[in-house]
This record gives sequence, C-alpha cells and structure tokens, in this order.
Amino acid sequence: MTLLLRGGRLVDPQIGRDGVADVLIKDGRVAEVGEGLTAPSRAESMDCSGMVVVPGLVDVHVHLREPGREDEETVVTGTRAAAHGGFTAVAAMPNTEPVCDTGSKVRFVRERAEDEGIVRVHVVGSCTAGQAGEALAEIGDMIAEGAVAFSDDGRDVQDAGMMRLVMDYARAFETTVIAHCEEESLVGNGVVNEGEVSTRMGLPGWPAAGEDIMVERNIRLAELTGCRTHLAHVSTAGSVALVRGAKARGLPVTAEVTPHHLFLTEDDVAVYDTNLKMNPPLRTAEDAAALLEGLLDGTIDCVATDHAPHAAHEKELEFEVAPFGTTGLETALPLVITRLVSPGTLDWAGVVRVLAMAPRECLRLDRVALEEGSPADISVIDPEAEVEITCGYFESRSSNSAFLGQTLHGAAREIVVSGRLALRDGEVVAR
Amino acid sequence: MSGLSCEHIISVSDMSTEDIGMVLDTAESFKEVNERTIKKLPTLRGRTIINLFLEPSTRTRTSFEIAAKRLSADAVNMTGSASATVKGESLRDTAKTLSAMSCDLIVVRHRCAGAADYLAECMDAHVINGGDGMHEHPTQALLDLFTMRRALGRLEGLTVGIVGDIAHSRVAGSLVRALRLVGARPVVIAPPTLLPARPDVLGAEVSYTLDDVLPDLDVAYMLRVQMERAEGMPFPSLREYARFYGMNGARLASARPEMVVMHPGPMNRGVEISADVADSDRSIILDQVNAGVAVRMAAMYLLLGGVDSDAAA
Repeated sequence: MTLLLRGGRLVDPQIGRDGVADVLIKDGRVAEVGEGLTAPSRAESMDCSGMVVVPGLVDVHVHLREPGREDEETVVTGTRAAAHGGFTAVAAMPNTEPVCDTGSKVRFVRERAEDEGIVRVHVVGSCTAGQAGEALAEIGDMIAEGAVAFSDDGRDVQDAGMMRLVMDYARAFETTVIAHCEEESLVGNGVVNEGEVSTRMGLPGWPAAGEDIMVERNIRLAELTGCRTHLAHVSTAGSVALVRGAKARGLPVTAEVTPHHLFLTEDDVAVYDTNLKMNPPLRTAEDAAALLEGLLDGTIDCVATDHAPHAAHEKELEFEVAPFGTTGLETALPLVITRLVSPGTLDWAGVVRVLAMAPRECLRLDRVALEEGSPADISVIDPEAEVEITCGYFESRSSNSAFLGQTLHGAAREIVVSGRLALRDGEVVAR
Repeated sequence: MSGLSCEHIISVSDMSTEDIGMVLDTAESFKEVNERTIKKLPTLRGRTIINLFLEPSTRTRTSFEIAAKRLSADAVNMTGSASATVKGESLRDTAKTLSAMSCDLIVVRHRCAGAADYLAECMDAHVINGGDGMHEHPTQALLDLFTMRRALGRLEGLTVGIVGDIAHSRVAGSLVRALRLVGARPVVIAPPTLLPARPDVLGAEVSYTLDDVLPDLDVAYMLRVQMERAEGMPFPSLREYARFYGMNGARLASARPEMVVMHPGPMNRGVEISADVADSDRSIILDQVNAGVAVRMAAMYLLLGGVDSDAAA
C-alpha cells in the first residue's frame, strides 16, 4: 500500500520538525518527507491540511482482557478503541484470566494481535507466577516469545525480597519492570482517596502514603539491582517528588500518569459513581497539580491511560463492591488537546513527547519518527474535531468512562500502522 | 405548613434545619399516639412500605416496622445478606423488582455506603436510609436529637461528646452533621485509630481524651464497640478501652450533674458503658428507643405527603 499524506503540519521534536509537509508511505515505511511530493500511480492521496501529523501515539498501559473477560474487551475491540483514540500501539497488561505468565500465553496474545489486531500490541508478562507475588514467572521464556516488559499490575509484589528477585532476574534480560505501587497493608479495602472525601462519603480510604511508600521501595530496588523500572499510574504529589529525586540521582526509573489523575480529583466523586472508582483513586487538586507539573518538567515521562474496561453489570454494583477502573484509550488524546494544548499548557511537540516518544523510550520500543526509513506508524490529528463522550462514542466493548457526558475537542482523524490505514476519517478500518 | 424539602431521607446533609425541626415536631404528636391504648392512625392506609434490610438488624428493623404499622401502612420486611457478590441478584435488580411491585416507600439498610442513593436513583419510591455502610444512619440521628431535646429542653448550644468508633460509625456520621445543623457542638472522642481521616470536614471537634472534655459535656453519647471486627483491633484490649473511653460511675460523678448518657444500642455493658450507668437515671437510652418509633413515624408520614392528607395526628 502506498499512501501520501499531503499538507499536514508535521510535528516531530525528535528530528526538530514542525512545519507543513507531505509524507509518502510505502511498504510499511516512510519513503519520503518533503514539500510538494507527488503521489505515485495507484497511491492513495489524503489531504491533511489543517491536521497535525505526528509519530504514532503509544499507550503503554492497557487492559485488553483477553483471554478470560472477552465480554469486557478483546484484542480486536481493544485495538479498535486504540485506533479510534489515535494510538498506533498499546502495551497489554498481563492480569488476564489466566494471568499472562508463560511464553505460550504471551504468544497467544501476540498471535491474536497479529491476526486480528487493528494496532500494534506489545505484550507485558507478569513478574511472578499467577501474579501471586510468590515465585518468579518465566520471564526469559516470555521474552523469547516477544514480551516487552513485566508487571504484576493490578497489584504490587508485596514482599520486597521477592520484588528484588524479580528485578535482579529481569536485569539479565535487560528488560523493564513496570511497578503498580500499592502497599496493601496500608491500603486495605480502600476505595477512594483517604481524606475529606472518604470521611464525607463513609468509604474506606486509600491513603497517598500507600503509594508513596511503594514508589520509594521500588526506586530503592531499582537502585540496588540496576533494573529499568517504570512506575505505573503515579497519582500523588509525594510520588512525583520521589521520582524527581530518583532521576536526579541518575537511576533507571521512568513514570507515567493517567489522564484521569491529571484531569479529575477526589472532589468529582461527589456521588457514588462507580466510573470514578479507580486504583489508585482520584486524589486531591494539589496532587493533580503536582502531576501536571511533573509531566511538564519531564519528571513524569508519559501519559498512559490504564484503560480498564468493565462489564456494565459489574460497574453497576455498590461503590465498595464494583471493580476499579475507567476506560481511557478513546478519551486520552481529546483530553490532552482540550485540557492542555488549547489553553497553551503543552505544545504539540510536548504532545508528541508524552504520547509518542517517551512511551516508546520507557519500554524501549522501536523508534518511530517522521523521517525516511522509519516504520510508518503515524497519527493524523484534527485539533478542531468535536467529540462528545457518550456511551455510543466508544469502539471499546465497555463504556465505563470517567469522562462520560463531557464534550471535548481534538481527535485522531487517521492513523497509519505499519503503512496500513487503520483509521480513516475517524472510522476504524477493519482488517 | 409544607412538607420536607427533600424527597428522601438518605443523608442528613440533604435536610435543612427546618426539615429537622419539622420531623421532631411531628414526632412529638406521634409520641403521644404511642402512649395511647389504641396506638394506630389511619394516615398511611393503603400505602406500601418495604423494609429492605440486607444487613443483620433486629432493633432498627422492628422500630421501622412498628412505625409503619402504627400509621396503618402495609409494611413488608425483606431481609437478606447483602450484595450481588454473595447473593446473585444485584441491588439494581432488587430495586427494579421492588419498584415493579409499586411500593411507596423503602427503608434500606446495606453494608455499603451509597446503597440508599443507588436505590433512590433506580426506583420511584421514597427512600429512607436505614444505615449504609460506614456512611449515615439519619433516622438514628433524628431520634437522638428528639431525645436530647426532650431531656434537656433545647438543642442549640449543647456540647455533645460522641465517644468511640467514629471511623466505622454511620450513627456518628449522621449525628455530627445533624448536631451542626441545629446549632449544637459535636466533639468526637476516640483514639486516632478509631477516627476517620478528616472528622473536621463533618464539622466535629476532636479529642483523644474523654476526661479532658467530660466537664464540658451536656450529652455523653457512647458508641458501641464493634467486637466482631475482622481486621486487627484498633485498641489493645477491651479493658484498656473501658479504662480510657468507657462511661462509668466515677466519670459520671465528675461530669455536670445535668449531663445525660446516650447509646444507640445494643450495649456492651462493662465496655463502653458500665451497668450502673446504663441503668441510672442519667441514662436516657430507653427514651431513645421509645423516640425511634415516633421519629420514624414522622419521617414516613412527612415523606409520603402526610401534610396534605386529612388524617394528621
């Protein structure tokens, strides 16, 4: 397939590019970038004037739910949602049923994605067998089958000695451990941030210290073992300060923040709306401000959604009983544009940094740039498109979004994945 | 006189000071009915009230049931052991089912905070929160105010010490809010292990030492110690708890002579309250139980538009 993207504003700070140009895509790669390119015969030519054209966005924290909860999401529906949200690649977390903790399970997800996925799927394997925190999972075997990182996401490895073992072993394979930072003896059955809101609503509190302590522990273990460590969904001002300190010491630590922790606070949980129940919970306005500051100064490397689809009948349970999580793939980019780009808080180069470059660097994925020879993973963004977040908006099989009812602007119009047009005029292109 | 400003009684925060006054005043007239030989009014004849108790309760459920029956409503009890995770049917489906049976008012007790809000959202009936998790138990607070007002002649300006497991107490959750609304001064008294993260946001002052604040108190409200907790006990022993936070004869003697002692029941005698105090004339615990029926009658009557009906007490 040959494709010419004409007249878009190309933004790629990796190569210092920000200006109108054309991109010619051939055989899955960028063949040429320049002004006034002509489409070869039989090439599809798309007018991208008014659009922002960037290296394909990557979400390093997604729950695809397959295998086990195909009623909530599958590799197909999850990657459709990713495409709809402007992402050309996702990293799939291993807390499926069964847990993705062996090479053959990694292969299953990878093959499902290769056969039917709309965007690229990078598989994250578990750190410990069954995510039970008790014995090493077959990390080497999983790497041999294509796993890119390891995590017990959904929970943390509680025992520090066990986490050390994971990190020491992972280092042999030069891979990355993704840590979900939660000290369970402090968090207990907490469901909302401990403080004003937990008191007012009579809900069990999840204290910020329950995250901070594990962020610090995991940073110390990264220091001890030298293992590359990525901190998932940091949610507290304390975590930001700890990560800042770790980076100043030159430790191999990276971190992500979710859109919901950036753009919502505990005060939004005023009614018992289970779409606002997530783990870690929504924090205070001060925490959200610290997260944004950390994202802007580079302490926090990237935005990742923790896309967590859940069946409606499970989210409709009592707040204390309902599962944690919000979907995120299809709202992240509109939120970043509406809440950060429009007010001038973040420029387009910054968007590329936090949604395309840094995610790849955190997991050491292949570089993608708007230059000749690069893999042709490209997102074409319409910064003016109006997006109403309703249940009908989603490609995801689930619609448990914390942002339902909001009207945002800015959305992906096209995405190209390995040279294939996977989203066209806002519609997912089936394979 | 018009009705309540709220459609449901779920959180004291949804009520105005006038609403509270109206419930208490209406309860006064129902209290008189409860002292008659024939304790029944036709007021809510033909109305259906369901007591949905998804957490074990005998006292509160009985109180609501008697209240409904004294107003001639058809009262039906539904009990069960809570949520979908164990039972199969979700609260939503239970609500829809009851809604399909056309009930007028539902009283719900549930182990999860927000359960009453949830019911109100998915059914047409009026809802009274009979206790939702650690959140609120508003009719308990209303009957407590009613009892205090009768015992002490006023509510405004009273200093009420609420002693014990504030963190897990829906009784405290409602009472603190209600006391603030009527101009009283709630002080929660407990070790930090029994306090919520931010008692100040509810409007309560905090003390860790009962003996320090005892001389200021007009009311000592002793909460039940939950001895059936699964997690680690938040104090070393019942004996130590009783020593620092229990109401006993010696403490009573050092308090103001007019201070009264209250307890939402059921009591652990010898723990949060000694037997001699419980049975003393300073204890108004049975008055609380008595008030419960009248106050719940008032709540039901006012929610079901009783002010417009011709059968007011």
